[in-house]
Amino acid sequence: MSPQEHQNRRLLRARDAMDRDFARPLDVAALAGIALMSPTHFTRSFRSTFGETPHRYLQRRRIERAMALLRSPSVTVTEVAGQVGFGSLGTFSRTFRAIVGVSPTEYRTSARPLGVPVCFVKAWARPSRFG
Amino acid sequence: MFTRISIHSVTVLDQQEALDFYVGKLGFEVVSDVDMGFMRWLTIALPSDPERQLLLEVPGPPSLSEAVAAQVRDLVTKGAMGVAAILTTDDCQQTYETLSAMGVEFTEVPTRQPYGIDCALRDPFGNHIRITQLAAQPAEITEADIARWRPEAE
Repeated sequence: MSPQEHQNRRLLRARDAMDRDFARPLDVAALAGIALMSPTHFTRSFRSTFGETPHRYLQRRRIERAMALLRSPSVTVTEVAGQVGFGSLGTFSRTFRAIVGVSPTEYRTSARPLGVPVCFVKAWARPSRFG
Repeated sequence: MFTRISIHSVTVLDQQEALDFYVGKLGFEVVSDVDMGFMRWLTIALPSDPERQLLLEVPGPPSLSEAVAAQVRDLVTKGAMGVAAILTTDDCQQTYETLSAMGVEFTEVPTRQPYGIDCALRDPFGNHIRITQLAAQPAEITEADIARWRPEAE
């Protein structure tokens, strides 16, 4: 692998950590450590590699996972907020509405289960600027 | 018209490293390993499913220019080439524990899904592989689901 390809793999490892541990308090320093980079270099490299900042990626992963949880009738919106890493219900609801365009409750009313393996849901249902 | 899927290609960056991973860790076996001169034709299959092979293919000349091969390698290492394979297992948790002990890089721990239990990992190059233990029966839609989907106007 070239140095650039090795860097891609390290950045992908950090992105995978966000996909896997989205509910935990992840900060740039911890993610940069996974990628074996300084925080400043990590943020810049992540953006040039994946097209968005680590913060934005993680925020939208959390909202995507919230959408997935809301497709199940058995959890409350407050529980969902906690399960995807938001300490405050207000912040979660505001962020959800800003990204999805409707409130968590409205989303749940209209949502359907998605019958494909979860990695495809994660890849295709994460709200991003690319869609 | 067609009877089965026999081979599909998985892009790898190094065939020996790929063998160490797919054969040495995941339990595939080599089906064909032939030096064609212009390429090494290397296919693997699961012992339990020998008819379905993965071609471990390295991007490069003469098939691709150096510049295009570099673009492909860039995409693989960014994880942008999609899922190399979805593999079925009888015991997802046991498979996860066995492979974790071998140092395999998991992106998702075993998780119960409507269709069964699954987890996900990456090969050394960035290809995504999913492991699924299928549920004994299809996911059940409950009355609660139907009530939730029913428009309030009805």
